[in-house]
Amino acid sequence: MNINQGSFYDNHGKYKGILGWITSTDHKRIGLLYLYSIMVVFVMAAILGLLMKIELIAPGKTIMDAKTYNGLFTLHGITMIFLVVIPGLPAVFGNFMLPLMIGAKDVAFPRLNLFSWWLYVFGALVAITSQFMGGGPPDTGWTFYAPYSFRTSTNMLPAVMGAFILGFSSILTGLNFIVTMHRMRAPGMSWLKMPLFPWALYGTAWIQLLATPIIGITLLMVVGERVLNIGFFDPALGGDPVLYQHLFWIYSHPAVYIMILPAMGVISEILPTFARKSIFGYKAIVVSTMLIAIVGYFVWGHHMYTAGMSSTALFVFSFLSFLVAIPSAIKVFNWLSTLYKGSIRMEPPFYWATSFLFVFMIGGLSGLVLGALATDMHVHDTAFVVAHFHYIVFGGVGFAFFGAIHYWFPKIFGRMYDKGWATTGWVVFFIGFLTLYTPMFYLGIAGMPRRYFDYLPQFHGGNILSSFGAIIMVAGLGIIIINLFRSARYGPKAEMSPWGGTTLEWTVPSPPPLENFENIPTVTHRPYDYSKK
Amino acid sequence: MSQTATHAEHFDATASKIGMWLFIFTELLLFGGLFIVYSVIRFSNQVAFHLAAEELSVSMGAVNTVLLLISSMTIAMSVSSVQFGNKKLTLFLISITILIGLVFLVNKYFEWSTKIEHGLYPGSSVLQGFGNGDTLFFGLYFFMTGLHALHIVAGISILAWVLKRVADDNIHAGHFVHLENGALYWHLVDVIWIFLFPLFYLIS
Repeated sequence: MNINQGSFYDNHGKYKGILGWITSTDHKRIGLLYLYSIMVVFVMAAILGLLMKIELIAPGKTIMDAKTYNGLFTLHGITMIFLVVIPGLPAVFGNFMLPLMIGAKDVAFPRLNLFSWWLYVFGALVAITSQFMGGGPPDTGWTFYAPYSFRTSTNMLPAVMGAFILGFSSILTGLNFIVTMHRMRAPGMSWLKMPLFPWALYGTAWIQLLATPIIGITLLMVVGERVLNIGFFDPALGGDPVLYQHLFWIYSHPAVYIMILPAMGVISEILPTFARKSIFGYKAIVVSTMLIAIVGYFVWGHHMYTAGMSSTALFVFSFLSFLVAIPSAIKVFNWLSTLYKGSIRMEPPFYWATSFLFVFMIGGLSGLVLGALATDMHVHDTAFVVAHFHYIVFGGVGFAFFGAIHYWFPKIFGRMYDKGWATTGWVVFFIGFLTLYTPMFYLGIAGMPRRYFDYLPQFHGGNILSSFGAIIMVAGLGIIIINLFRSARYGPKAEMSPWGGTTLEWTVPSPPPLENFENIPTVTHRPYDYSKK
Repeated sequence: MSQTATHAEHFDATASKIGMWLFIFTELLLFGGLFIVYSVIRFSNQVAFHLAAEELSVSMGAVNTVLLLISSMTIAMSVSSVQFGNKKLTLFLISITILIGLVFLVNKYFEWSTKIEHGLYPGSSVLQGFGNGDTLFFGLYFFMTGLHALHIVAGISILAWVLKRVADDNIHAGHFVHLENGALYWHLVDVIWIFLFPLFYLIS
């Protein structure tokens, strides 16, 4: 009996139906489990965001009071950051594609992989119960800043414990990927023949592994503060609240790179495929990936310029923040050079990748405004910051996520989506995105603070524009998701390599069989070698 | 169609060992966060930390340190003995290690309960009388040694599982990476204590 007959959808293991999915150790099924769970959370969190924007459409109370608004931005932040953006690309496409791209049959520890997904679901449920029990929804924002996080009467414990459990899930995924890449690359695939998405996952995995424990212990300390009244961060008991901020950002700044590095990896896959040209500066991209992972560790202080640090620390953190922009810029130049003299095929994944470049540049450059000491003092904690990180986290990671799903969709589901609707969805989404977040830069510079449900009348115009953008963007999102869902079921059958990609995942049938490769391939040339096509 | 097909058994001892080392890194960083907090708080409460440390019993701590060092030795010896194919000795050495771990916990229990009897715990009225520095010292003491004790419990559970696998001949001279990993984890727990002991008991 050949277990590699048919696709992995036909091989459900010991159980049938839903049990066959949630007990499967197949990396492809786990990737899809993550995809569906993340999609559910994402849609919920996006609706929360929309509600916040509707509240801000006019000054004063519009549809909710201040307390509800505080609860909403907290839940929006926690779910988007810990449940969607951090696991998003690595857990979905990393799981599905990494073994395929390096020519392996699975990840190194398949059972641990399934366990990570279970932890993810458990952590998500714990975090979400915070909404329904105890003293009401948490209202600290996703940053859980001390001392408010243990003074507030709201239901903080489940939120904090949920984030702790999710951190565990993230660590185990990272650990799994590092070992997989060290031990399971196909024969002939030396490190410098590995495609760039796996490289990005490699950098990401190290950050997941080395940064996440810090937030884990910090959150445990917050639990200790609340339950045992210990006082590490409580000024009334001699503790130091700024210390909390340091510990929090020691994780949470590298976490930004956990989010953006895989996104950069996706772009490095899409652009050469649609330019039909080898990526420009492969080694420079690899080196810059690792540099971002390393330098990104030492810039956390730029979140705390106004919190009280020595001027030496301020200077060093500002300098390092500028330094970390260099490898990102190197990547952007490489991507643009890849397009130069390519023979470009205009397809939906390519639209997402180019719009990524556009929003990522705006997001990155506005990041320098925040990394510079003087300007940050002015725009700290304003809508400018919100615009900046949505340009990076949603514009960067979100666009890359949609790019990835449009790029690998035929491989994953074995069917092609409707390209017309995909393009329409992208256009609407892109317009909505720009209309939503661009005014917030101006609002922030004009002095509108973040995290308020109300604002002064002079900010009204920008907020109306922004709120309409939110509605347009959600409409675009609807088009995209409905199109993908319909196509997964009714779309025309996809070929093995619909885009003519050169990496290994395009050499197996769509959808891939259970064991991925009939025979493990031997790699002889670099990825993105279009000279032979 | 083979509907019940599962993946072919794939096993790579080196991969398991790399995985364990990576996990150990995360554990070190977990405690690393606490060491940072300890240093910062100690720096701003030097006198109080000095006085509070004198409340701890150095001899109790020293006994526990010696116990853990011996247990590290026995578990290391068990990794050697499994490679010689000496199942009986391996079982004996793992059991001794688990036993020492349990004795450590019993010691810890008595140590903690004495402190709590004397009112030396966060939030007690006695400590509040001493001031913030002492409260923070004992807060850190209970938090860090408590987390460490949890790791001892985890280590004991892992070793108990390993013990069963050795007894069932699932771990033997040709396949002992799980014992090695269990031993690595036990050494980690030991190493963390080696740092906790001077930080709380000796510096004063």
